[in-house]
Amino acid sequence: MDDLILLGHGSGGRLTSDLVHNLFLKNFRNALLEPLGDSANLNLEHPNIAFTTDSYVITPQFFPGGNIGSLAVHGTINDLAMSGARPLYLSAAYIIEEGFKLGQLEIIVESMAQAADEAQVKIVTGDTKVVPKGMADGLYINTSGIGVHNNDQLPYTPSRIKKGDSIIVNGTVGDHGAAVLSSREAGFTKAKIFSDCASLNHLVARLQNSKATIHALRDATRGGIGGVLAELAEQSHTCFKIYETKIPVRSEVRGLCEIYGLEPLFIANEAKMLLFCPAAEAAKVIAVMQRDPLGKNAAIIGEVSEANQPECRVIMETSIGGIRIIDQPAGELVPRIC
Amino acid sequence: MKYIDEFRSPKLVSGLLQNIKKSAAIYERPITIMEVCGSHTTAISRFGIRELLPETIHLVSGPGCPVCVTAIEEVDRALWLAAQPNHIFTCYGDLLRVPGSHLNSLEKIRATGAQVKTVHSALEAVALAQKYPEQKIIFMGIGFEATAPTVAAAILQAEKLKLKNFFLFSCHKLMPPVMHALLDEQELNLDAFLCPGHVSTIIGSKAYNFITERGLAAVVTGFEPVDILTGIAIILEQLINGVDEVKIQYRRAVKEQGNLKAQAIMSQVFSPATVNWRGLGRIEASGLVLRDAFSAFDALQHFSPPASQSQVNDACRCGDVLRGIIKPNDCKLFASTCTPTRPFGPCMVSNEGSCAAFYNHKI
Repeated sequence: MDDLILLGHGSGGRLTSDLVHNLFLKNFRNALLEPLGDSANLNLEHPNIAFTTDSYVITPQFFPGGNIGSLAVHGTINDLAMSGARPLYLSAAYIIEEGFKLGQLEIIVESMAQAADEAQVKIVTGDTKVVPKGMADGLYINTSGIGVHNNDQLPYTPSRIKKGDSIIVNGTVGDHGAAVLSSREAGFTKAKIFSDCASLNHLVARLQNSKATIHALRDATRGGIGGVLAELAEQSHTCFKIYETKIPVRSEVRGLCEIYGLEPLFIANEAKMLLFCPAAEAAKVIAVMQRDPLGKNAAIIGEVSEANQPECRVIMETSIGGIRIIDQPAGELVPRIC
Repeated sequence: MKYIDEFRSPKLVSGLLQNIKKSAAIYERPITIMEVCGSHTTAISRFGIRELLPETIHLVSGPGCPVCVTAIEEVDRALWLAAQPNHIFTCYGDLLRVPGSHLNSLEKIRATGAQVKTVHSALEAVALAQKYPEQKIIFMGIGFEATAPTVAAAILQAEKLKLKNFFLFSCHKLMPPVMHALLDEQELNLDAFLCPGHVSTIIGSKAYNFITERGLAAVVTGFEPVDILTGIAIILEQLINGVDEVKIQYRRAVKEQGNLKAQAIMSQVFSPATVNWRGLGRIEASGLVLRDAFSAFDALQHFSPPASQSQVNDACRCGDVLRGIIKPNDCKLFASTCTPTRPFGPCMVSNEGSCAAFYNHKI
């Protein structure tokens, strides 16, 4: 029988200690984690620190292109990167359902280590709790992250979005949500769709090094680029105009969405960001992005059409030249019936 | 052929719009076209088709959204069924947020512990019944002739598997009877129907002959912009040259006779019954109930939910919206107290609902 996570793995005794040493420390090993103290002691000399947290509760835990672990690392790194900060350290806290397969947890932890390594970020502290069978859906992970801002660079915020700004996305939209949907409905579709799950900090650093002027960045995770654009318009008191034909979408993602009656615009992404910059900088930004593996399909999808508006709207010119409003989705996305 | 790009071609769309403009100028009089399929309603809003048409052409949405036409007493019964212990109540995701009396919903009772599970098909619910033999699985069937055959197939499957723990709460409704009822609406004054694409794949275009016999234009169309605009162009042609028969634009899926096998399964399992429609009242032979041979699977017979003391909010005008008499934004509650996050009526819940389509696309 497979080795399983038992309640004892979270009780602080010998089993916990074994798990910490043989799994977490083995994979995440670094000088800050190694002492296994109550806190990791960081020596940050920067005056401007970015701090964020996120919890990951995805079902299924494994999907094409990633798993809950890689997601938990990439997601929190991306939240730091979107403010313009350089991500440095993460925490990782696990809430595990009794009976979860140890082998699966190992795969998840290994992919967290790999994701952190690739992003040059260290996991320096953590926690494990085990809850009785039936009290959680397998495994939940929380990661918090700390990053630093260059002293000469202000954090990117929606308030810096200006009329005339170009709106850029770094690649095809809807890949992550479509990958999860297709793995949930295994057997329903033969299309292999992979999550775009990745860390965006190197792409952001590349853009910062190019000295391109960036007004705002936002990762378009839940709600897709549609929901996130509607939110940004509201936060920045501006109106956007976007063009359906300019939004990059993989044909297999579009096909799956058509079957379910969903729109790629509102499907979650993991490594897609919306970038706002002066129109004069847009070509430079696109060129820089396209040199990065995560920006190959970058495209200008629209512009900021109005500023200081009481009613902030995102208007989309549809593929046939019609006009519609893009708003935040009300709740869970549900497939059509009829 | 990808069956998407070709039907969204800006070049074809622009040609069709020219054609429609010319015909509308020849016909001169304003015309009202009703679509009775939720996916048509969504497509019209999603592609911004309404604004591209000449001012004389009015598109109104009819009772084509399965969730929206579900009577409030059906929602109340669903809430009662879902609240019973040791049951798993299954339904399509669209139903979760539909308000019953006192704005209660399946989503809310799920949060208080009721076992409510969304499924994509009735067969998924049958699979749950196999997996959990100790639990009673109820499936709430809604939708028209496009979904009813799949539910009929699930009943046959449950029978074959000799399942004793699978039950259907049938709220299925039929399209031709409600379209018939709408023809008699004086206030509506319809000129034409865009007949539903998916429903017609099952029942065929001949099911709508009563419409053209009354002198109204009718065309079965698909769901892409080119489909819908071609349908409108055909309607104009019919109105100018005289209506003769129901036309099929959606040839790639629809035949005059429909899908005979699906029709046979449907009539093997269900029989027509007079049922209540949200906002439209009782319509003769417009719903589907299980035949006696399958009564062992009938949730209403097995569980006998009490008659509902249903209360519809008087200010909610979903009924008038469903009959096409008012546009969603003519309702006082629209976008003020009634929004997709806090819906008062079902038309604001489903993506296929007219109010939600109007709200989401603000057009």
